[in-house]
Amino acid sequence: MNQSIDYAAIMPVLIVALGALGVLLTDLFTRDERKSDLAWLTVAVLVIGLFAELGLWIGGVATKPRLTFCTTPGVHHSVLGCSYSADSFSLTIQTLLLGGTLLTVLMAPRRFKVPFGEYHFLVLCSLTGALVMAGARDFITMTVGLETLSLPAYALVGFGRKRTGEVTGAEAALKFFLMSVASTAVMLFGISLVYGVTGSVYFADMQAVLHLSGYHASILTTGMVLTLAGFAFKVSAVPFHFWTPEVYSGAPVPVAAYLSVVSKTAGFAGLILTLEIAFRTEIHNLGTLIAILAAITMTLGNVVALRQRSAVRLLAWSTIGQAGYVLVPLAVTKWNGVDLGSTPVTQAGDLGPAVTASVAYLVFYAAMNLGAFGVVSAIGGNLRLGGDLADYRSLSSRQPRAAWPLGLFLLCLAGLPPGLMGLFAKVAVFRAVISGGLTWLAIVMAINVVIALFYYLRWAAVLFAPATSTEHRSALSRSVPLGPRLAVGLALVITVFFSLYPAPAFR
Amino acid sequence: VSAILVLLLAIPAAGLLALYVAPRELASRIGAAAGVLTFLVSLLLLPLFDYSAGVSFQGQINLSWIQALDLRFHLGIDGVSLPLLLLTTLLTALCLIYSVRTTTRDGRGRAFTALLLTLEIGMVGTFVSLDLLLFFIFFELVLIPMYGLISHWGSDDSHGGATKQQSATKFILYTLLGSALMLLGFLVIHAKTGTFDMVLLQQRHGLGMTAGAQGLAFVLVGLGFAIKTPMFPLHTWLPDAHTSAPTVGSVLLAGVLLKMGTYGFIRVGVGEIPQGLHHYAVALGAFGVVGIVYGSLACLGQLRADGDLKRLIAYSSVGHMGFTLLGIASMTQVGIDGALYASVAHGLITGLLFFLVGGFKERYGTTDLFAIGRGFYGRSRRYGALVAFAAVASLGLPGLAGFWGELYVLIGAARPGLGLSGAAFHIYMAIAGIGMVLTAAYLLLVVRRVCMGLVTDPANADVLEHDRDLTPREWIAWLPLAAGTLLAGLWPAVVLAAADPAVHTVLGARG
Repeated sequence: MNQSIDYAAIMPVLIVALGALGVLLTDLFTRDERKSDLAWLTVAVLVIGLFAELGLWIGGVATKPRLTFCTTPGVHHSVLGCSYSADSFSLTIQTLLLGGTLLTVLMAPRRFKVPFGEYHFLVLCSLTGALVMAGARDFITMTVGLETLSLPAYALVGFGRKRTGEVTGAEAALKFFLMSVASTAVMLFGISLVYGVTGSVYFADMQAVLHLSGYHASILTTGMVLTLAGFAFKVSAVPFHFWTPEVYSGAPVPVAAYLSVVSKTAGFAGLILTLEIAFRTEIHNLGTLIAILAAITMTLGNVVALRQRSAVRLLAWSTIGQAGYVLVPLAVTKWNGVDLGSTPVTQAGDLGPAVTASVAYLVFYAAMNLGAFGVVSAIGGNLRLGGDLADYRSLSSRQPRAAWPLGLFLLCLAGLPPGLMGLFAKVAVFRAVISGGLTWLAIVMAINVVIALFYYLRWAAVLFAPATSTEHRSALSRSVPLGPRLAVGLALVITVFFSLYPAPAFR
Repeated sequence: VSAILVLLLAIPAAGLLALYVAPRELASRIGAAAGVLTFLVSLLLLPLFDYSAGVSFQGQINLSWIQALDLRFHLGIDGVSLPLLLLTTLLTALCLIYSVRTTTRDGRGRAFTALLLTLEIGMVGTFVSLDLLLFFIFFELVLIPMYGLISHWGSDDSHGGATKQQSATKFILYTLLGSALMLLGFLVIHAKTGTFDMVLLQQRHGLGMTAGAQGLAFVLVGLGFAIKTPMFPLHTWLPDAHTSAPTVGSVLLAGVLLKMGTYGFIRVGVGEIPQGLHHYAVALGAFGVVGIVYGSLACLGQLRADGDLKRLIAYSSVGHMGFTLLGIASMTQVGIDGALYASVAHGLITGLLFFLVGGFKERYGTTDLFAIGRGFYGRSRRYGALVAFAAVASLGLPGLAGFWGELYVLIGAARPGLGLSGAAFHIYMAIAGIGMVLTAAYLLLVVRRVCMGLVTDPANADVLEHDRDLTPREWIAWLPLAAGTLLAGLWPAVVLAAADPAVHTVLGARG
């Protein structure tokens, strides 16, 4: 069948995909000592990608979505049968993905012993998959995007160094690969069941079919739950979280940052699209499940994080806790008593206030989490697991420029002023869940916020504690190259901006 | 008036900026200057405040900040917040002056002053914000600075109690749990009424919310304020925090931070979800009364060797705050007047007491009741007199500030609001009376132990060499509090002129 393709709508994806090839080719013709400059080429590709997003924003896509890859040729006013949509939802997520990748690329320092060409090629490939996921409006495209995201990520994890007596990069990569493949298989099985019931792979069509027929069958429920499991793996929600701490600690710190922000955001984008568009009519049934998962995820993540003594492991478990908060608004099936499931929504841009809370949380989370990972990578990236928390003692007197931003990021993650950005994020989530009438979940989350404060604050307090008398020679690096400085600086600017004016994230 | 409210937030913020650029040695001076300036500006409110319109909110600013969250930058004051606001700026200014010398000596004066100024922004903001969400943000803003003060400048309990780190952690976890629940309560209010606007909510006085919703909101909000106030049995963070905190930390903690809880109860509890409060008023009163008796008994328990004076005053705070809770629970004009009055009085008197104990700490390196010796009247005449003055003020001697608040509270309890069980409140009143007697007992015992006795007492063997009567710095920092106590005691109208009509409105009368 002959399809017309709206190239403008998919421009960011094209730029990144072509950029990936460009980086790989340039790598072949670059002398070894100049290869570290490939990082800057990658940065350039990402900046161009961001400009493409900006162009789409200015082009008014937020109000009038551009659809492409549709089964019906000609002008598309209906979302039915379209595979890709550039609307305010996908643009927000894509901008976030590009920005997040930009920071992780900047984070990778020169002394980081990896083949630069391959590393950046893989990052860009993986990002392509993530961008596709944000725009995908059918299950086939979604799965392709998911696989494009994951396959390069296994290799990226494998760049982790070999050390004796702990998880090596290769081991982590293998673990990641096996679990990921298993979860994808489960998800494909689920999709096939859902397809069998509805007869469509397009999200909007599926919703229309389910809305019309009101079809409820246990086979459909099984299919939906299995489908969501695939995404739950990506966002490391309980019970699919086991890989997270292992993989993060085996992988290089910037890759861990990439997984915790970019890969996770893409996973959430897929989860939101699937749940809120494709399975919209069924969210009463799924809401409770999501609520329970959210409660368990945040509690487990935060409680285990309490016991962590090393920077990367603490951040790894804390990202599990944070994922729980993002899940919370998705469990909302009613808004001030109005049933959301019965109001059809086919455009991802119109998903309503609860989803907005999740997306805003993702935006804020990306900035603060990347900032924290950025500082850890810059000064502790050479140490085992990013260094022990004790290594960060009295960092403020030795490296105030690293300590102050890290302190701010940690307070943001904890959600306390002066980390206003994190506070707003939590307020938005609390508001969604209260409006949805899930008071018990709100109370569980409130308790979790307190638990999380304990470990974030313990770390932050160590930063500013006076040096111990038995001068502990901290092994943290002192000189920080330009790239990581830029990464932390950017994260800091974004954090301060959103702390004062968070409105843009709430579109 | 609105310009002044903004200035009150902007001056400490400008002070923070100045701290950043100025050299380290000037830090504490800048802090003191910013503090005094803030206080002087806040004094301008006294003549500018329109007493005839004390019932309504004055100097309102209402700007949209974040549309999506319905967060508005809405400031304004009425007669309830004005006295507390002045108390805040006064105590902060005195604390900043007091710490000029201590902090210039150690190298971290800049951070210390910065924390105090941030604390001031949070405290002032809490009392002037008229948007529930903005209120919440300022309420949270005080946590980190107070945590920093306790954990970095505090002292470990010498008797094997909590270390400063443990106390600070306990403080922040308790209060954060409280404020997280409080936020949930605010969101329940918002979900039912569609607004965070405290002016509007007070006008509606609970209209538009069912009794059940108000009850839920009150439990959530009330838990937050009860932890902050603190209400027995949620007070356990307070003695540790006070024992570990540095002097100015204790002064601000007792003087202002606890009042944020009472203020919240009056403003949100009484004003905005009255049916919720009404439902739980009898329970609230009971907890208040238990707090009164428990606080006094715990204080008596500290009258022993190894008894810590700071801890004693902390427990006495639990007792005094019990009175304010009882006053609020009575839901009468006179009871709430009393609660507000007692809050202000407690801020002045307990602030003074903590300063005095801080003086002991500086001189003798301990706050152990039995280690500082006896016979203060003979050893340091003025110091001893001030200790006795603060103690009798705290026990509620007529003519001093401590008296009126507790009297009003008892009168309120004698005739509780409509629909509240009279019998229960009469019993509370009787028990609170016993609590007052116990309060008098332990304070007089403290005075006898510390101030009276012979200078040649054998207990004084190794402390006499450290004796020093009041220094000029201490005069400057402490005398305003003593003067305020006397003034408020002789002329209660100084607080109540503005507060009384406003309380009337808060209780639901149309202004």
